Amino acid sequence: MTTLRLPISSVLALGLLLILLVPNGASAQVDTFAFETEEQQQRFRHLSNVLRCPMCQNTNLSGSSGGTAEDLRREIHAMIIDGWTNEEIEQFMYDRYGDFIFYQPRLRAETILLWFGPLLFLLIGGLIAFSVWRRAKSYEDKSADLDEEQQDRLRKLLDDKPL
Amino acid sequence: MQRWKAFVPLLAFVALAVLLWRGLYLDPKELPSMLIDKPMPAFALTTVEGKEVSNADLPDGMFLLNVWGSYCLPCLVEHPTFMRLAEEGEIPVVGVNYRDRKDLALRWLDDNGDPFAFSILDESGRFGIDLGVYGAPETYLVDANGVIRYRHVSVLDENVWREEFLPAIAELQAEGSE
Repeated sequence: MTTLRLPISSVLALGLLLILLVPNGASAQVDTFAFETEEQQQRFRHLSNVLRCPMCQNTNLSGSSGGTAEDLRREIHAMIIDGWTNEEIEQFMYDRYGDFIFYQPRLRAETILLWFGPLLFLLIGGLIAFSVWRRAKSYEDKSADLDEEQQDRLRKLLDDKPL
Repeated sequence: MQRWKAFVPLLAFVALAVLLWRGLYLDPKELPSMLIDKPMPAFALTTVEGKEVSNADLPDGMFLLNVWGSYCLPCLVEHPTFMRLAEEGEIPVVGVNYRDRKDLALRWLDDNGDPFAFSILDESGRFGIDLGVYGAPETYLVDANGVIRYRHVSVLDENVWREEFLPAIAELQAEGSE
């Protein structure tokens, strides 16, 4: 009698693959907003992607089923139909919810560290790496300052080293 | 090379560790309100009982504006504090019934008691957007000139009242805008 025996690891791998292949639910909320033009619809899609849902911390408006996000989507739709520009709508959101509403906060004195902090750390790291490299290099140069006789001695010492 | 330089990486590590450790205990829900020091947004709505209200109906002196809903469990937790404040006449409380149903809101007030001077009915959540509301419960401290001076997100219990609101109120009284 033969039974099909698969190594446990291949079963696990297959399971993992299935999880990855099956679409993990809808990531966007489906609204039935009517727009007059394609351009308006695209602006709506853009705004609800770059604006964050205030109550759910790390989802954009288009991906959130939260009540406040629903209200804000409805509001954006109405504003687009009323002829507001993207800048006006973003200002409206900023006046009420502040920097948090944007995934890319505005460049201001308070947000400058957020924007350029990583660059600053890269610079610091680069400086440290550079100084370490320079010191190692100067050490190398110094070690080359041996005359013929010293070099010979050194070579002999290294060769004599018992293995 | 000076000896102290050897401790720079350790010091840098400790500084970063302390910073991140502190970060673990920050509440990410506590976001600064954009409406601090701004006048309360204009509104012309009805109360949950159906009476028309606007900014003119707000209390004359300092008052609290509490965002609540019948669906909101933390609102039940903070409710006794508002009941006490209303009973003892410490400060008037105006409610904002946020994204709720009128009948459920009325039943909630019936069941649990009504500490509010009145509750503004904001079924659509549109007034909540003007207030920059994240979700119930939230409580705003509004001064006698109708300017928002303080906001607390989440439950306002006796501790929060004592440690955050009493000092804020004392500060407002000191500057004479009571």
